[in-house]
Amino acid sequence: MESYNSTNISEFKNVWVFCEQRGGKLMPTTLELISEGRKLADELGVDLCGLLLGKDVEGLCKELGGHGANKIYLCDSPLLETYTTDAYTKVIVDCVEEYKPEIMVFGASNIGRDLAPRCAARLHTGLCADCTHLDVDMPIYKDFLKESSTLAPEKIDGLGTALVLGEKHDVSRDLKMTRPAFGGHLMATIICPRFRPAMATVRPGVMKLSAYDEAKAVAVSVERPAFALSDSDLKTRVREVVKATRELVDLTGADVVVSVGRGIGKDVEKGIALAEELASVLGGVVGGSRAAIDSGWLPADHQVGQTGKTVHPKMYFALGISGAIQHKAGMQDSENIIAVNKNSAAPIFEIADYGICGDLFKVVPLLIESFKEEQQSK
Amino acid sequence: MKAIVCVKQVPDTSGKVAVNPDGTLDRASMLTIVNPDDMNAVEAALKLKDETGCKVVVVTMGPPPAEGMLRQLMAMGADEGVLVSAREFGGSDTFATSQILAAALNKMGLDPDDVVFCGRQAIDGDTAQVGPQIAEKLGMPQISYVADIHKEGSVIVCKRMLEDGYMMVETQTPCLLTCIKELNQPRYMSILGIKDCYTKPVTVYDYNALKDDPLIDPTTIGLKGSPTNILTSFTPPLKGVGMMLEGTGKSTTDQLVGMLAAKHVI
Ligand SMILES: Cc1cc2nc3c(=O)[nH]c(=O)nc-3n(C[C@H](O)[C@H](O)[C@H](O)COP(=O)(O)OP(=O)(O)OC[C@H]3O[C@@H](n4cnc5c(N)ncnc54)[C@H](O)[C@@H]3O)c2cc1C
Ligand SMILES: Nc1ncnc2c1ncn2[C@@H]1O[C@H](COP(=O)(O)O)[C@@H](O)[C@H]1O
Repeated sequence: MESYNSTNISEFKNVWVFCEQRGGKLMPTTLELISEGRKLADELGVDLCGLLLGKDVEGLCKELGGHGANKIYLCDSPLLETYTTDAYTKVIVDCVEEYKPEIMVFGASNIGRDLAPRCAARLHTGLCADCTHLDVDMPIYKDFLKESSTLAPEKIDGLGTALVLGEKHDVSRDLKMTRPAFGGHLMATIICPRFRPAMATVRPGVMKLSAYDEAKAVAVSVERPAFALSDSDLKTRVREVVKATRELVDLTGADVVVSVGRGIGKDVEKGIALAEELASVLGGVVGGSRAAIDSGWLPADHQVGQTGKTVHPKMYFALGISGAIQHKAGMQDSENIIAVNKNSAAPIFEIADYGICGDLFKVVPLLIESFKEEQQSK
Repeated sequence: MKAIVCVKQVPDTSGKVAVNPDGTLDRASMLTIVNPDDMNAVEAALKLKDETGCKVVVVTMGPPPAEGMLRQLMAMGADEGVLVSAREFGGSDTFATSQILAAALNKMGLDPDDVVFCGRQAIDGDTAQVGPQIAEKLGMPQISYVADIHKEGSVIVCKRMLEDGYMMVETQTPCLLTCIKELNQPRYMSILGIKDCYTKPVTVYDYNALKDDPLIDPTTIGLKGSPTNILTSFTPPLKGVGMMLEGTGKSTTDQLVGMLAAKHVI
């Protein structure tokens, strides 16, 4: 094999998605990435390929095809049944060196964020973490900036090159990877102009899932790359995988999230019960601020924010939450934010679509009543 | 045996964050703190010291004032500090940072029973990449998202968190672990520790100290050695202030529900 060099940009082609599965089931983020990857591949005029590792997982290829993958590279081995950094890195690096994709994306799951940096380091390329927006096409990227930034329109229109090692570099074919930084205070668009593949991990729940198409599912082609993997490659060993006994809350996928904060402190039991009732009336789930989680009022998987989950439901209720920047970072893209807080100066009101200044213990029972009446009137 | 901890000094994003007109962070006007996850990494190393009597070395790459942070960690119980600091190292992305920190660990000398601790992620960039990339460059196994650690001879067993549960993972030293806040409760500085911290050694590694390591090359460190570049940085637009409803009675909640119904949200 000729030697692999990540700077030979022109040798690299196609968009790849790492198709994370656990226990033989695709992670929801994988299908979001396939949908997004399709868009990028179309902008570049290339194929979208999935890289699927596991044991006896061929059955998943169709689903990936149905959401837009042209081809699946399937690596099947008992050593890939359970994720280990060593085995997955080795196989992925082998495949990338052989087929040379120009873009490769991973879900920013606890596994994706373990695996992607290790692969990027071994391949000598750049990696952008936890992206919330990806673009190739310049006009589309500029439209995104016009909508989502405070940059002056003239400045946006003037974008097109970057200074790379002192030279002007045309960014029109580069992957533009946008992500929040400094706890959401700033956004940054990162490029990887000199190396391939350009790699990104993408935050779960932010990319839109495309519709499943049976015709595409049937048409997907499957290739089994040769890879060398033996027991001695594994320096870490998984003794057991333990599923949480409690069913974990699906905040990212929920249409309605009712979150509580320190404001329920006066009567925690009552506060949680009110939130649960409101959530159940609206078919939603209960979340919380870090203060609520740190106080032990809700389990950790309920946390919304920079160090918790990012949500964008149709309705987000912030009950007794002040609206610290780290909390906002996880919920400010919700379609309708409804805040109840007894302090009229609470920062949550700066981003709320609807605010009620008052005691949540008084307001929420009335709110539940109003929603119930509305439902009955239909 | 050493417990080596990579610690980063970061701007405190919980207070007001100052942004320059050009969209970059006004670091100068912000307070700095020890990156929160790194405090858990330091505590894990100190626990290992309590159990085994090993030495704890704290390492940071940053500007010279970061030495103050190293002293603070020594007052908690760390034995030595290493400050990696040079103009050539500035502007590094995670690839280049891990390249430099890996070279610093090589310089320190890694023993077969050493354990390297990192935080899961730093709150300025939130990338969570530097730990795994240091491990890769040192050819070491890694376990990330660590919420519990046991040592069974030369075997390290960790509880590694997943979104939907956890894995029990074992590996041999030397290895690198990235720590999350569930792992432990960081201890406070002790009076004796504060008294001692200025007599403990801090070694500075500048460019010359590391330049003979094959990892250190103009094409792999600093701004020039960083595969990623920032194309633009910007602040998100402030969402137009929404509507404050009058009152807290039933008519107010009815009004809200009415508006949501009119918008077909419900
Ligand atoms: C590195 C880092 C990461 C972080 N990550 C996150 C994160 O992911 N998610 C997160 O949420 N936070 C996070 N935080 C913490 C964040 O800074 C805030 O401390 C936290 O969000 C505050 O939670 P809170 O709003 O519930 O509590 P508080 O700030 O104490 O607010 C309580 C609010 O309740 C109101 N209130 C009190 N009683 C009532 C009542 N009876 N009726 C109505 N209102 C009432 C008060 O007016 C107040 O506004 C992070 C912090 C750091 C440093
Ligand atoms: N400049 C640095 N000096 C020392 N350690 C660092 C530095 N940058 C990152 N780290 C370590 O790597 C972890 C992850 O950082 P990051 O990849 O920036 O999110 C941190 O929690 C630290 O343990």
